[in-house]
Amino acid sequence: MSWLSNVRNKIASITKRETPDNLWHKCKKCEAMVFLKEFEDNMHICPKCEHHGRIGPMTRFAQIMDENSWKLIPWAKVQEDPLKFKDQKKYADRLKDARAKTGEQDALINVVGTIETLPCVVGVQDFAFMGGSMGLAVGQAFVDGARRALKDQCPYIIFTAAGGARMQEGILSLMQMPKTTVAISMLREAGLPFIVVLTDPTTGGVTASYAMLGDVQISEPGALIGFAGQRVIENTIREKLPEGFQTAEYLKDHGMIDLVVHRKELRATLAQVIGYLMAWKDAA
Amino acid sequence: MTSYLDFEKPIAALESRIIELRETADEGSLDIESEITKLQSKSSKMLRDTYTRLTPWQKTQVARHPERPHFKDFVKGLFDEFIPLGGDRNFGDDQAILGGFAKLGDRRLVVIGHEKGDDTESRLRHNFGMGKPEGYRKAIRLMDLADRFALPVVTLVDTSGAFPGVSAEERGQAEAIARSTEKCLSLGVPMIAVVVGEGGSGGAVALAAAERVLMLEHAVYSVISPEGCASILWRTGDKADVAADAMQITAQNLAKLGVIDRIIEEPIGGAHRDSNLAIATLGKAIAEELDELVQLERSALRSARRDKFLKIGSL
Ligand SMILES: [Zn+2]
Repeated sequence: MSWLSNVRNKIASITKRETPDNLWHKCKKCEAMVFLKEFEDNMHICPKCEHHGRIGPMTRFAQIMDENSWKLIPWAKVQEDPLKFKDQKKYADRLKDARAKTGEQDALINVVGTIETLPCVVGVQDFAFMGGSMGLAVGQAFVDGARRALKDQCPYIIFTAAGGARMQEGILSLMQMPKTTVAISMLREAGLPFIVVLTDPTTGGVTASYAMLGDVQISEPGALIGFAGQRVIENTIREKLPEGFQTAEYLKDHGMIDLVVHRKELRATLAQVIGYLMAWKDAA
Repeated sequence: MTSYLDFEKPIAALESRIIELRETADEGSLDIESEITKLQSKSSKMLRDTYTRLTPWQKTQVARHPERPHFKDFVKGLFDEFIPLGGDRNFGDDQAILGGFAKLGDRRLVVIGHEKGDDTESRLRHNFGMGKPEGYRKAIRLMDLADRFALPVVTLVDTSGAFPGVSAEERGQAEAIARSTEKCLSLGVPMIAVVVGEGGSGGAVALAAAERVLMLEHAVYSVISPEGCASILWRTGDKADVAADAMQITAQNLAKLGVIDRIIEEPIGGAHRDSNLAIATLGKAIAEELDELVQLERSALRSARRDKFLKIGSL
């Protein structure tokens, strides 16, 4: 072992001992090291710079829903790997890995429950599951969530997070754009609110369908939201992108979002908004 | 003069040999005449064979062929009358998405589609068929007009995708596409979408959420371009042919998957070799579909369209 690699190994082991992954969290934005416990107790928000970390469906439900009020809506079966797709890896194997990693069936999970005692159906997209990408399972889950809201005559709230369409399902993933839009039309015709909460990141085909069709559009601060990828745009226009391009605040400035809401206020804000949008029902 | 695609090189060689022979031939030389006839039948057999066995990646190239008929050619060939309508009443008049009133035989309708342009100047003017938010908002306006005045909607889809640019994002490209898709789905009049060339992702689906989706024989329709898919999943654009295979993007693939309803046959060697014939064949098909659809009530049309998309992928 050379002297250099010896030193490297020592450094590695020291760093390892002092900052085990399960003890410390390094903020993606300001790079501050904070106790993981402190970060988690702070709703996965960096206490130094307020950067909102990405969270999965279960953490989200725990933050948003009334305690013990919610239960999962079961997955509907869809065709699995309809194209028998294989790139460098089989899609079937990618699915298996994502399921093992997240413990979930696919990238969108719905629950039915209450927020500050108000009944609602809430769907959360899981970026950890193949980048939250929209394929048949996500599209069907979205439709099922909307259908449950129709049945219960309550709002459907969706937390978006996706890199785009599930390429491995080809054209069938693209068809989820009109499919999910049909579900929104059904809610609209029934006079039921569809509320979108955009979270980091929401891009591609998801943005160009249900993520932009909310009756009220809310976003978490700093979230990346856009249609086209930044590298694609840079290659097209051959110039640097403006400061803060495609952030929640940028979209709000350009009229695409109603409210940018801090995670700690999200639950209260949702309850308020539902109150307004469901007032007609109490009056009836 | 046809421009040949890479895989057409053997055909190009034969055809230029025929031209050569013609030029050098003495009047009435029987030997050369029979040689020409032989070469001609060989070349047309080769053309037919090549085009019946096009790979998905070859079809992508045919769908993008510069001489393939574009929106303006279709409008000119299909309709006895065309009154262009423009503008989104908000920002501008996108030239990548065009539309207007048109008469197909006796039937009045609204036609909307992507125009790619066919020389440098017009390609720039039409932004290569890549729509901007104001283009999709113009489409929404025209669809709304059609809906209120009981005119069927026909769309001609031919785009590599919606324009990826800073100003397009600022003006809500995603929202414009989503609303356009939503508008298609809400129509109470017949809607027929035809993928005539490239159906590129959200920029295509925004004009194609119809109860009848037709596709020209060599058109392609996909969630991302083969090059884009290859660069993401294979980390190299060189695998575009492999990605095109894997994604199943041809009319034949899509008919099997239940995504499209009808394939429109193209002339031998592709629509660009005989655009008049290609356009006439499409015109007949659109007329047939409309004859059926105009019999349906508003609510029946809407639910047929919705059911079509709801059932995609379900078991
Ligand atoms: Zn921080």
